[in-house]
Amino acid sequence: MTRKQRRGIIIGSGVAILSAAAILVMFALKDSVVFFHTPSDLSENHVKPGQRIRLGGLVGNGSVKRGEGTHVTFTVTDTLKDIPVTYSGVLPDLFREGQGVVAEGALDDNGLFKADSVLAKHDENYMPKEVADSLKAKGVKLGEGATHPSAQN
Amino acid sequence: MVVELGHFALVLALVVAAVQMVLPAWGARRRDGRLMSVAEPAAMAQLLLLILAFAALTHAYVVSDFSVQNVAANSHSTKPLIYKISGVWGNHEGSMLLWVLILALFGAAVAAFGNNLPATLKANVLAVQASIALAFLLFLVTTSDPFMRLDPAPADGNGLNPILQDPALAFHPPFLYTGYVGFSIAFSFAIAALIEGRIDAAWARWVRPWTLAAWMFLTIGIAMGSWWAYYELGWGGWWFWDPVENASFMPWLAGTALLHSALVMEKREGLKVWTVLLAILTFSLSLMGTFIVRSGVLTSVHAFAVDPARGVFILGILMLFTGGGLAMFALRAKELRQGGMFAPISREGSLVLNNVLLVTAAATVFVGTLYPLALEGLTGDKISVGAPYFNMTFVPLMVPLLLALPLGPILPWKRGDLFAAMQRLWFAALLAVLAAIAAFALSGAKASLAPFGIAIGVWVLAGAIGEWLLRIKFFEAGREEIVRRARNLPRSAYGTLLAHFGVGLMVLGIVATTAYREEHVLVMKPGDKVEAAGYVVSFKEATSGRGPNYREELASFTVTRDGAPVTELVPSKRIYDMPPQPTTEAGIHNSWRGDLYIVIGDQQLEGGGYAVRVYFNPLVRFIWIGALIMFLGGAASLSDRRLRIGAPVRRAKKGAVPA
Repeated sequence: MTRKQRRGIIIGSGVAILSAAAILVMFALKDSVVFFHTPSDLSENHVKPGQRIRLGGLVGNGSVKRGEGTHVTFTVTDTLKDIPVTYSGVLPDLFREGQGVVAEGALDDNGLFKADSVLAKHDENYMPKEVADSLKAKGVKLGEGATHPSAQN
Repeated sequence: MVVELGHFALVLALVVAAVQMVLPAWGARRRDGRLMSVAEPAAMAQLLLLILAFAALTHAYVVSDFSVQNVAANSHSTKPLIYKISGVWGNHEGSMLLWVLILALFGAAVAAFGNNLPATLKANVLAVQASIALAFLLFLVTTSDPFMRLDPAPADGNGLNPILQDPALAFHPPFLYTGYVGFSIAFSFAIAALIEGRIDAAWARWVRPWTLAAWMFLTIGIAMGSWWAYYELGWGGWWFWDPVENASFMPWLAGTALLHSALVMEKREGLKVWTVLLAILTFSLSLMGTFIVRSGVLTSVHAFAVDPARGVFILGILMLFTGGGLAMFALRAKELRQGGMFAPISREGSLVLNNVLLVTAAATVFVGTLYPLALEGLTGDKISVGAPYFNMTFVPLMVPLLLALPLGPILPWKRGDLFAAMQRLWFAALLAVLAAIAAFALSGAKASLAPFGIAIGVWVLAGAIGEWLLRIKFFEAGREEIVRRARNLPRSAYGTLLAHFGVGLMVLGIVATTAYREEHVLVMKPGDKVEAAGYVVSFKEATSGRGPNYREELASFTVTRDGAPVTELVPSKRIYDMPPQPTTEAGIHNSWRGDLYIVIGDQQLEGGGYAVRVYFNPLVRFIWIGALIMFLGGAASLSDRRLRIGAPVRRAKKGAVPA
């Protein structure tokens, strides 16, 4: 084997692995990317029932109701629109009415959002960034209490 | 007063870094020994000044000097002393100060121990190192001054985020930073080599110990972070593909590749250009990690300060060094002459495969981590890329890597025979197949890919042991010969064996935890029982209590197995006094079989029950023990006489200190 051939084999297999990885990346991105929406987005754009999305906003005041077992319902609001959410499981430490939350799941046919995970992030500023951005974009004023943990409790 | 002294030392360090950047590089160009000799004392002075600055800030924390804004914002007078100290780097400004301190430490180490480096190379390396320090010191002084005063001083501070008040996390950042920043040495050597247009095997021998040391600390730092997330966040998982985790994992992948390619360069003078490129990329990924964590551009469990000015500044540093490094590479790389021919099937060939797979894996993690950012910038759509993406892309790349791992070290340099190598490891293959059959018999159709994963783990483990047995001729030679060979096997060989063994353990732990984990989520009242993995967990009572700076609700559970008591677990929910933030403390029972892991959620409004999650994570310990063994492998390799700093010329001094 000449030097050129050897180099060819090595570079060839490198390129093969890279392209295989690139194809994997494309498929994986297509399948596992989850879009973020606010309640208003959901009522404006038609997100198909069953499509996995992240829903972000504030937990509606007085909306948290505990049901059987670990079942919980609450609304996620951006103060313009409310979306009812159901979830079964243990809520995160930082979950609280009036606080930022991101729920991941899908809408059912009746417009009820079935979440399979709920995040209230351990963020110094208490509010998940996407939520803060989109609320700001919607012109919602963030009070001191909504952004700083020390104002709570 | 002490604070002003610290501030002054910081600014002075900046000036020294500027001098250290300019004079030695100029001297190296003009071959002026006097100018070049400025580098060493400057590197030492820089280190001393930064130690002074860091000590001043630490002092302010220890004595709770709340007239310093940084202390007031992140500390509290009632905090335990250890968290007052770890609070120094538990915030943006302090952690950046630690970053430059470690950078200076590495620079000073090169100055102190690099006595046998060619004078121009040493001057250039220290100059490049100083340029990095200068950039970050400018960043500190202009945007993130840790010594800012507050007037009037508040009566008490805001406290440290309680989830950061934890022993593992107290030491996680220093380890991680030592890893990140350690790669700066590889970068500086690469740039210096490009400036000189010359590179040889000795270069790799100088670079490898530094890279190895950085890699060891990064390994242990990442493992500590993962362990902390496992027991402190109370989610029961050990890795979340969170942007900040990825930020430390990408340089680890590239650094691992760099370690292996430097080996080819040192032993066979091959892969020179590639190794230089990899050194630049590895440090660039470290810088990017710093950017991701420090700018808060990506939502994450531990996004720190979200301040656009800082983000832009670090992005500038990132572009300057990555762009500058790559431009240097593009201009000068062709001057580096290639050497060392090898066939595709050979030790070199296997190391090339290792590099291609590791770098590709780093690239897929890169895409998954930054795609949301790019998409938001381009279209405004907000998306998240979660674990499914990484499982689909990262795992398929690791499979061939792990399959090839035991074969690589068995193959001879230059030209090898794959079939012969496989024959020599037939017993490892046999063990792997047996493990797969056993796993399949035990788990049935529950997890179809898991037995395959278990087999890979066993293959890597048995491969490492098998390689050792082959090297000491365990099956052929007499006892004396075996003992003699085991003793004479160089420490670097033991290092490789240990590290690969650790990888095998880790794979076993990951596969077992992922595939065979049990999870029960339910509401329990005192007296209720639940069964998990052969344990019976019964809820005894709920109580409340007070710790030094928090109050908590505790739930105690008795755990029995086959009627015999095993342990009592007391998971709790804490609310810290300052800042008043809730945290979840998991109750964990460790055993070799796996961890029983219990966390409680909110109290139910009716009936006094608690939402409870009970997990059983089989073999989960292997993950961190594997990482620890990898670290020890690195240490063994580093202690090898031939790898010591100062080894390139053959006069290994007694008592020479390894990095």
